[in-house]
Amino acid sequence: MAAAIRLAGVSCHFGAVRAVDAVDLEIAEGEFFAMLGPSGSGKTTCLRLIAGFEQPTAGTIEIFGEGVDGVPPYARAVNTVFQDYALFPHMRVLENVAYGLKVKGVARAARDAAARAALAQVALDGLEGRKPAALSGGQRQRVALARALVNRPRALLLDEPLGALDLKLREQMQVELKSLQRELGLTFVFVTHDQGEALSMADQVAVFDHGRLVQVGAPADIYERPANAFVADFVGGANLLVAAEAALLGAPEQPCSLRPEAIRLVSANDPYNQPRLVGRLVDLQYQGATRRLIVALDAPFERLVLTAALPARAAEGLAPGMVLTLTFARDALWPLGPA
Amino acid sequence: MAAGAGVTLAAAPPAGAGPLRRLSDLLYRRPAVLLGLLLAPPVLWLGLVYLASLAALLVQSLFAVDPFSGVVVYRPTLATLAELFQPANFDIILRSVGMAAAVTAADLILAFPIAYYAARHATGRVKAAFYLLVMMPLWSSYLVKVYAWKLLLAKEGIVSWLAAATATQDLLDGLLAVPVIGGPSLSTSYIGTFLTFTYVWLPFMILPVQAALERVPGSLIEAAGDLGAAPGQCFRDIVLPLALPGLAAGSIFTFSLTLGDYIVPQIVGGSALYIGQAVLIHQGTAGNVPLAAAFTLVPIAIMALYLWGARRLGAFDAL
Repeated sequence: MAAAIRLAGVSCHFGAVRAVDAVDLEIAEGEFFAMLGPSGSGKTTCLRLIAGFEQPTAGTIEIFGEGVDGVPPYARAVNTVFQDYALFPHMRVLENVAYGLKVKGVARAARDAAARAALAQVALDGLEGRKPAALSGGQRQRVALARALVNRPRALLLDEPLGALDLKLREQMQVELKSLQRELGLTFVFVTHDQGEALSMADQVAVFDHGRLVQVGAPADIYERPANAFVADFVGGANLLVAAEAALLGAPEQPCSLRPEAIRLVSANDPYNQPRLVGRLVDLQYQGATRRLIVALDAPFERLVLTAALPARAAEGLAPGMVLTLTFARDALWPLGPA
Repeated sequence: MAAGAGVTLAAAPPAGAGPLRRLSDLLYRRPAVLLGLLLAPPVLWLGLVYLASLAALLVQSLFAVDPFSGVVVYRPTLATLAELFQPANFDIILRSVGMAAAVTAADLILAFPIAYYAARHATGRVKAAFYLLVMMPLWSSYLVKVYAWKLLLAKEGIVSWLAAATATQDLLDGLLAVPVIGGPSLSTSYIGTFLTFTYVWLPFMILPVQAALERVPGSLIEAAGDLGAAPGQCFRDIVLPLALPGLAAGSIFTFSLTLGDYIVPQIVGGSALYIGQAVLIHQGTAGNVPLAAAFTLVPIAIMALYLWGARRLGAFDAL
């Protein structure tokens, strides 16, 4: 597959702030690519560099093989769905969606027809005559999507598009966005701080931290084989063990991560399961189908507070203060690289 | 600890004690009473002192002055209003409206880039400096500024001197030789009146335009660019329509302030009268209050028309 978007050594510094720092990235055509990171990690700036709203202070960006150094946003083959949707308040929904075509000089009848089709695609037919102020958040989000898609961009950039929606609507839009992307075969570049969203929707996930690209890979790579402590903790949450602790558990002397769901509960006199950890249950959190256990371990792990996720049935009868024996499969300890 | 807490509780006044407490209870339970109390003074002021006296003045325009005795005859007639359309009076109206329109147009052109820069680019100290620089002229007396302009524009003033020093005397002479707007010197021509008006009312245009531009989110401009609009088109399609309420507000200020002013044309400019001066003369020296009232009706009617037209054009849709 050809690269749709390629970043080579791209940096964007605002004075002393390194918003994006030496990022190399390749996004394949037709891919659903998620850029994941906490706020201030540089993921949005990276998207804005691709859209052309910011200029890199170093490095080059290519969109479909063409260098876009100095090319303004209005001359790039990408369209953006903004976080606040950025709908034009003085235009009706139809005019908003048709705006990109109007700018390109498409005749009124043709652009209105295309805009209607785009609105139908996002299930918003019938609202053409409304002003954005008269729409709900979810409807505005769809208008923003239609307004970008109607231009048939070669890649669609989405800046936290679902961030302002409530949970139910967000989950629904995740499914719709994904099927829309599959249907159109478009390249989607999707910025989010929600690791669940990134893992469930994307083909490839890029994890950002402090302006640097920490890891790129398929969701399973990111989750099961995190490159360092930051990725392990940010994506899915993990127990982080220092090198000495890992060595005591029979792993190579190197920092390791241990996923909460890899931990099991065993009876105190079970001779088979190794390694074994003993600790006191500090807190038991109800999480629907699972229970989250916070366990303060005994010596020699007295500095470690483990989080374990157990099926509800396995956690029956537990109460804070109880002494528990925990175990996990040795290969669940994943060695981590430097930060 | 427990005893201390008990003391604090006991010290709290029991509910319903004291007239002040009863008053605040009443105001809390009945927000309408509070609203009424808050609104009464301004409503009385606006309703009685302001609007009623304005109405009393305007009613005067329905009376007429007896041409022989010069005494006001209190019998309703449209004769005074019709007098506005006599050539001498109508000239005054046309001159005032033309000047107000020209000043408004010039202020629009001058104010927009300044307001745009302040709203979209300036931050921190630069923005504070902007407010200071725009507001500062408003702190000094208007008369001082107008007289300063008279000196600047006088035949022996700095503008003439500058024209002589830079060998552009011919340009200035050519400008002053233009019929109607020219004259013996800048300070005695329409150009002078226009420049002075444009200067004194400029802040009243900058501030509302800046406030309107401030409210346009940057993401809208980015979105227009993202959809393929070059800066010029983005300006026409997005920035200008959204700034229109501010432009309308600013132009109402500059237009109506120019239309009613009687000091600037008296100090800087020729001897031709403006509406404000006509009102002053008719109600003062000439003792023709009905005609003065009729003249004051003109700016009100024009502004009403202007607002109606602006509304029709959708200037307030984006509010």
